[in-house]
Amino acid sequence: MNAKRTDFLATVVINLIVATVVGILVFLLAYILISGLPHVSWSFLTGTTDAFSGAGGIGVQLFNSFYLLVLTMLISVPISLGAGIYLAEYAKDNWRTSLIRSAIEVLSSLPSVVVGLFGFLLFVVKFKIGFSVISGAIALTFFNLPLLTRNIEESLSAVSRSQREAGLSLGLSKWKTEIGIILPVALPGIVTGIVLSAGRVFGEAAALIYTAGQSAPVTNFGDWNPMDPASPLNPFRPAETLAVHIWKVNTEGLANNAAQLSAAASAVLIIAVLLFNLGARLLGNFLYRRVTASK
Amino acid sequence: MLKQYSFEETAVQTFDEKTSLAMKTENLQVFYGANHAMHDADLAFPKNQITALIGASGSGKSTYLRSLNRMNDGIATVTGKIWYHNVDINEPTVNIYEIRRHIGMVFQRPNPFAKSIRENIVYALRANGLKNKAELEERVEKSLRGAALWDEVKDSLDKSALSLSGGQQQRLCIARSIAMEPDVLLLDEPCSALDPISTVKVEETLLELQKKYSIIIVTHNMQQAARVSSQCAFFHLGHVMEYTPTGTMFSNPQIPVTQDYIAGSFG
Ligand SMILES: Nc1ncnc2c1ncn2[C@@H]1O[C@H](COP(=O)(O)OP(=O)(O)O)[C@@H](O)[C@H]1O
Ligand SMILES: [Mg+2]
Repeated sequence: MNAKRTDFLATVVINLIVATVVGILVFLLAYILISGLPHVSWSFLTGTTDAFSGAGGIGVQLFNSFYLLVLTMLISVPISLGAGIYLAEYAKDNWRTSLIRSAIEVLSSLPSVVVGLFGFLLFVVKFKIGFSVISGAIALTFFNLPLLTRNIEESLSAVSRSQREAGLSLGLSKWKTEIGIILPVALPGIVTGIVLSAGRVFGEAAALIYTAGQSAPVTNFGDWNPMDPASPLNPFRPAETLAVHIWKVNTEGLANNAAQLSAAASAVLIIAVLLFNLGARLLGNFLYRRVTASK
Repeated sequence: MLKQYSFEETAVQTFDEKTSLAMKTENLQVFYGANHAMHDADLAFPKNQITALIGASGSGKSTYLRSLNRMNDGIATVTGKIWYHNVDINEPTVNIYEIRRHIGMVFQRPNPFAKSIRENIVYALRANGLKNKAELEERVEKSLRGAALWDEVKDSLDKSALSLSGGQQQRLCIARSIAMEPDVLLLDEPCSALDPISTVKVEETLLELQKKYSIIIVTHNMQQAARVSSQCAFFHLGHVMEYTPTGTMFSNPQIPVTQDYIAGSFG
């Protein structure tokens, strides 16, 4: 076979593979949206759920999902940023570093249901926090940290060595170089990583069933004091998320329109994730342009 | 096969008391793990002159140069003495960040920060505590003029440095270094990634800059060494073989290895 033919064949095969992947994605999205969207209404989006049958709106669950996401990110982004910077810039190539790396690898391969059960035993039972937003957020942090850390480390390491040398040769400390010069360049990659992990967190159910709980007590959306038991911001209240709700409606829902309910909730979940991706991507590009002064 | 030359037969000049020196190394040795990349380099660099380091690729020029501002810290083991203002800056107790502000460096590949042209110059100044806006602006103009870049960029200081041409980027890197007001400027093959016209501009810049700075430049381009430098050190396989005034080096090399290298009949 000559080079030209090989090239042609490879191109065809690669295009077919790409088309398959895109096709599956489009099919999935279209299927979920078409079967779910007709049942989505304003009252569905904002209404409350009947605690017994699972019928009714998903307002509280939608809020819970976002709140849990924000809380998880508030905890896990700073930690993984620190860990990522440490691994990319400070860690020496020795047994301790490889131990840390293996630990991260193991943590990232733990099934999320195991992480959830661990969170249940430790926070809910042992520390007596109960099913709560904070228990869920910590469980999700465990599940989020390894991927985020690795992503941040890789984004930082991908920035050319010559940028580091430039910083150091001007008498900047390692830390200043990393924060002021390397991080801005790595930012779009980091933001993309955060977005991807946010999508996973948003859609996660298994780790939350036994930590954030399966009930969404009606909360008072007029009360934003996180200390009040009825406040939506109270981190110690149980908080069923949208993904958990979908799982619950499907497994133990007693409503006669359970299939429609879960289809509609799935469509909302998908749209939220898509919007979130898009928004954060725009934000990443905007930040990049701001810090690098590029057009 | 490379021809064998004796490492014993060297011709390294020294300077008398009257010459004021910018820097000097004694018995400088560099090891990359077990690889002994630099042997016993004893070189002195006169103030306000350009010294060129020449030699084949892999002869240890960059290794030597990077030792001078401690850029080899964490990469290689450097032993021996590096005298700068009567201080041995190879001592572990020396503040390397402070040293690097006095001994600037420009690299082979232009490496401007992914920031605006202005920010490239002021970032490190600000990090070192210079906050006065007017003073920062003044440094921007002064250093860009010093690097012969001002006229080309004065209207686009807020544009990304990455939008400049390679030659402009390299002059920006020079400007960024001299904005720190160092007294020694180390350049590692600063023109190897540039076209001939940009090269000429950088060379003119260097000739102008030697009035204020002491310059040590690595180059594999012998014409360049001949054009810009006052003295020239020839490196061979990790040894300094000859260090003489540039005129002598090119018209009357002292030892066989330099003669062969200059004549282009090496190995
Ligand atoms: N970062 C490094 N790690 C290990 N060995 C290196 C490194 N940099 C250079 N060397 C080795 O040191 C020797 C001299 O290299 P270098 O100083 O880059 O030469 P030159 O600049 O004259 O081309 C070479 O044998 C090279 O392989
Ligand atoms: Mg080199």
